[in-house]
Amino acid sequence: MQVTSRYRFAAAHRLDTPALSVEENRKLYGKCNNPYGHGHDYILDVTVDGPVDDNGLVVNRAAFDAVVRTAVIEKLDHKNLNVDLVEFADEVPTTENLAMVVRDYLTAAWTLPAKLVRVRLSETERNTFVWEAGQ
Amino acid sequence: MLLTRKAEFSASHVCANPAWTLERNHEVYGANANPNGHGHNYILEVTVEGDTDPVTGMVFDLRELKEILNRAVVDPMDHRYLNLEVPPFDRVVPTTENIAAEIWRRLEAEVRRPNARLYNVRLYETADLFVDYGGTGAGH
Repeated sequence: MQVTSRYRFAAAHRLDTPALSVEENRKLYGKCNNPYGHGHDYILDVTVDGPVDDNGLVVNRAAFDAVVRTAVIEKLDHKNLNVDLVEFADEVPTTENLAMVVRDYLTAAWTLPAKLVRVRLSETERNTFVWEAGQ
Repeated sequence: MLLTRKAEFSASHVCANPAWTLERNHEVYGANANPNGHGHNYILEVTVEGDTDPVTGMVFDLRELKEILNRAVVDPMDHRYLNLEVPPFDRVVPTTENIAAEIWRRLEAEVRRPNARLYNVRLYETADLFVDYGGTGAGH
């Protein structure tokens, strides 16, 4: 059985890669290349999988929330991804890359008996990215 | 082809093991252990997997599915106190996991057809918390 819990964080970013010229960056990333950056209210859905225990739970909700809040939300909420996070010193903070950073944060901090199987990250209501275990 | 039908029901419950102290119940179930109960607007999404019937063009008759959901789940659970009025929750703790598994048990045989079967039960306790159950063998 799977349990999915939803979290939110707000962050700023700018998409720009030194591998491309100023003009190429502008063309590729469009508005997301705005030199002053911009922000989103990200929505993060974290899914765990496991058997239902004797208490009727796949995962203790407080423990689940604590891991996600400590490992992810506190690091990302109200931050400038390009400036505040070492992970994006040499990497473009696209939501694809951010989803993998979130996955890595969770994996490094994971102490729950249920297995982390999915990270679903929405940049806006129209753009959603999913990592699933095994990919 | 997968077909998903949505239904809602509002119900109250308390998640607690009567053999434990209130403190222990709070550790395991958080605010859900409040002894006087509380309620949720549950949202149920039932997914049926099947082959589209070449004559009707349908995987499953939606009106029939709606009637099954109402009869098996919504009518008995809507505006009820699960622990007191809806077995097996007089003896099984009505966590979202256990309610989803109970809904699966109530629906599995009812939606079985030569061309279709129950595939997944998704139950939202709140907009921010849901469980998925695909039966014991499906690995959901």
